[in-house]
Amino acid sequence: MSREAILNQVRTALGRSAGEGIAEPPAVRLRVADVDSETRTASMLRAVEALAGKTARAATCEDARAYVAAVLDGKTAVASNAPFLRECGIVDLAGVQPGFTDAAALRAQCATAQVGITSADYALADTGTLVMLASPAEARLISLLPPVHIAVVGKDRVLSGLDELFTILPLPAEQTSSMVLITGPSRTADIEQILVRGVHGPGEIHVVVVG
Amino acid sequence: MAQRVSIFVTCIVDQLFPQVGLAMAGVLERLGYAVDFPEDQTCCGQPAFNTGYRREACQVARHFLKVFRDSEYVVVPSGSCTSMIAHHFHDLFGGDAEALRDTEALAPRVWEFSKFVLEVAGVEDVGARLEDVVTYHDSCHALREFGIRDGPRRLLANVRGLELREMDAAEECCGFGGTFSVKLPEISGGMVRTKIDSIVRTGAKTVVSVDSSCLMQIQGALARAALPVRTMHLAEVLASR
Amino acid sequence: MSVAFDEKVHSTLADANLQLAIYRATGRLIDHRKQAVAATALPDYQELRTQANAIKRHTIEHLDHYLEQFEGNVTAHGGKVIWCQDATEVADFVLGLAKARGAQLIVKSKSMTTEEIDLNERLEHHKLESVETDLGEYILQLAHQRPYHIVAPALHLTRYDVGDLFARTLGVANETVPEKQTLIARAVLRQKFLAADIGITGANFLVADSGAVTIVENEGNARLTTSAPKIHIAVAGIEKVIPRAQDLAVFLKLLGRSATGQALTVYTSFLSGPRRAGEIDGPEEFYVVLLDNGRTRLLADRGKRESLYCIRCGACLNHCPVYRKIGGHSFPWVYSGPIGAIITPQFLGIQREPSLPFASSLCGACAEVCPVKIDIPKVLLDLRAEVKQAEQRSGTNRLERLAFKLWAWVMCHPRIYEMAAMAAAGVAPAGDGKWLRRAPALMNLPPVRAWLSQRDLPPAPAKSFRDLWRKR
Repeated sequence: MSREAILNQVRTALGRSAGEGIAEPPAVRLRVADVDSETRTASMLRAVEALAGKTARAATCEDARAYVAAVLDGKTAVASNAPFLRECGIVDLAGVQPGFTDAAALRAQCATAQVGITSADYALADTGTLVMLASPAEARLISLLPPVHIAVVGKDRVLSGLDELFTILPLPAEQTSSMVLITGPSRTADIEQILVRGVHGPGEIHVVVVG
Repeated sequence: MAQRVSIFVTCIVDQLFPQVGLAMAGVLERLGYAVDFPEDQTCCGQPAFNTGYRREACQVARHFLKVFRDSEYVVVPSGSCTSMIAHHFHDLFGGDAEALRDTEALAPRVWEFSKFVLEVAGVEDVGARLEDVVTYHDSCHALREFGIRDGPRRLLANVRGLELREMDAAEECCGFGGTFSVKLPEISGGMVRTKIDSIVRTGAKTVVSVDSSCLMQIQGALARAALPVRTMHLAEVLASR
Repeated sequence: MSVAFDEKVHSTLADANLQLAIYRATGRLIDHRKQAVAATALPDYQELRTQANAIKRHTIEHLDHYLEQFEGNVTAHGGKVIWCQDATEVADFVLGLAKARGAQLIVKSKSMTTEEIDLNERLEHHKLESVETDLGEYILQLAHQRPYHIVAPALHLTRYDVGDLFARTLGVANETVPEKQTLIARAVLRQKFLAADIGITGANFLVADSGAVTIVENEGNARLTTSAPKIHIAVAGIEKVIPRAQDLAVFLKLLGRSATGQALTVYTSFLSGPRRAGEIDGPEEFYVVLLDNGRTRLLADRGKRESLYCIRCGACLNHCPVYRKIGGHSFPWVYSGPIGAIITPQFLGIQREPSLPFASSLCGACAEVCPVKIDIPKVLLDLRAEVKQAEQRSGTNRLERLAFKLWAWVMCHPRIYEMAAMAAAGVAPAGDGKWLRRAPALMNLPPVRAWLSQRDLPPAPAKSFRDLWRKR
């Protein structure tokens, strides 16, 4: 069997035997920067803008809703089941289809909707990254198929960076089959190194931080 | 009594660029050192080592260890030769504990020339004078194996009358690479032509580096292109008055 | 040097447009990386490299343990690990699964490992449609060409090449604006994503404590490949394992920056198994193919084992002055640049292209930028010694071997060295101080001719250093 053949070859190559223990791995290296919430939020928004993403700071849910409405401006949208979107009244906006729980129906909607609206589980301040865990609240395709992606995130979700993410979430696989870090709009430079946005994923992203 | 230093001039300087060896000796003497030249010196073995002939390289390396065994300092006008001694001799001696011991004892005493001036002699201004516009090429081994980058530039900055202009891609290899230059000449030639394009763009009249092999490659290409730019080893610049 | 290598190198060097394209593309990547790892941007850069090297070293040294841990966790999350010794076994698995599921259309995201095993060719041979979805790889698939660079696969093609290609293969009007070309590809590929039965990806990292594959990308095609079809197959070399999800905090900081100068690529996916209960979309089946294909042979060579640390960032290619002249297609295998030069002989045998380890000036730029600190020059030197040992055993290249034996003997006998040097100086022209365009007949040896093909020779000085020193 290939499994046994490969493992045997690995062990022979290394001079190890089956079931042999291992030396201590290098210590985990996580350095969480101590940055206050305001600074983190400002840094997050700046980082998103540096990647040609659009940002908004909403003091309240109403402000967030107003911003999303302005972006939508008559376009069709699909929204995730994130409770935060419901709290902000975003799922009630005209043109927004929320509440999908069936994969086929969701995919059909995402394939034609002009905007996808989600929340995010976390955001990373130093790189302007959204962290999305697949769950009953958040489907994968909403932030992927429509050409525009709007993420509405509570301020308390903004972490300093990857180190903090992996400190509070050392084993993402326990929570979800899919954790995706989204850092800016989809892009490529495959043709003559010329930057083009919106290849397969959304070419336009909006990040709204509330609070 | 003056501190004695031995010089290992390298085979290429001995045979093709003797003025570099003389310049280096002159600078060391001016700094107050008594310079000796162990006459049995030949080569560090790098050409054989780089071409894959380890046994031959080992023989030559052993000879080197013998010649310089009693030297307190060995000063070398080449980053690549110094690197061969300091970093690769121990790859050659496999299970030979005695040779390894000799290597371990000698290697710390072997110094690339500019590093010796700055770190052992502790001098940044050797009192040189040269009216010229120069550009500096970072020789790969000196740069990457010894971190020699700012040192030569500091030394050049103190040469009266000298203007130093930086070229783009100063840190890009000149394409010599020992036998690479003759085993893959087309690639080597392509690389050096990119280098001399950089040089020409600075408007400098002279290219300086700490390795004669680089300078031979660069000067060969400059001559082939009939460009009126000359090369000088750092030692020659520092010996100028 | 093989004729093929020689010819390819020559034609690449002679193509001025191609030289410019390669130089510019790599130059841009060099600049972007430099900014991204500067002390102001990433003060811990050197420390992270050291850590990354240490993690890789530890993992590789205990690879069996981590592979088993990885497998256990993949299984625990509802996925399956398929162990494959070679290209045939991978193809057999995919074909078998496709048959069992009635699958006909496959979408693929960029994976050097699948290029290594010619997966597309094998699948297409069995009438499966396997579509590359990374824009650069899609272009190459239509053009039937190999990638030119690990990260920028189509860097050798111009927008006019792409316009012609799309017109010829997709039946669209000849469009030469890159933005519009991208939209054409986007529209075609979108249909493929939504119709595909199977999505095949590579993996940048296999995370042992999570049973997860990590995939980094900028376009979104890997996300679509792993989210739209019902089946996801990730194909990865066994060396891709890292111990812990938390180790990604080290590797992700190095990978994007080293490759393209990005702090993080646009998308980083961390996928562990088929969709969980309650999740709305995602694949229903999840497979990770662990590929050997010769890696265990590399593993057995302790001195060169570090070649397996590679995280395929492409930084060594960008910084290699040789790659920047000869480009990706001069290399005999799918992996090019310095990493290609050290693993190709180890996978395919040094006889595949014996000159490959010598196609380097050993400048060390690759080692300087390698995020996991592979000592590429050291491995090249080891390979060179192996080539020479093989020549000795087979009795080839006698003349060179003899020359170096003689050289060593001379260099160990100082008086003989002096005499030999004097004799050579007697033959060599003094050129009245001028550098020489030609060598006299007596000196017309191959190395001298090779030198003169590109540059002038230094004139022989009147006296050697030691002569002058004695006279002082």
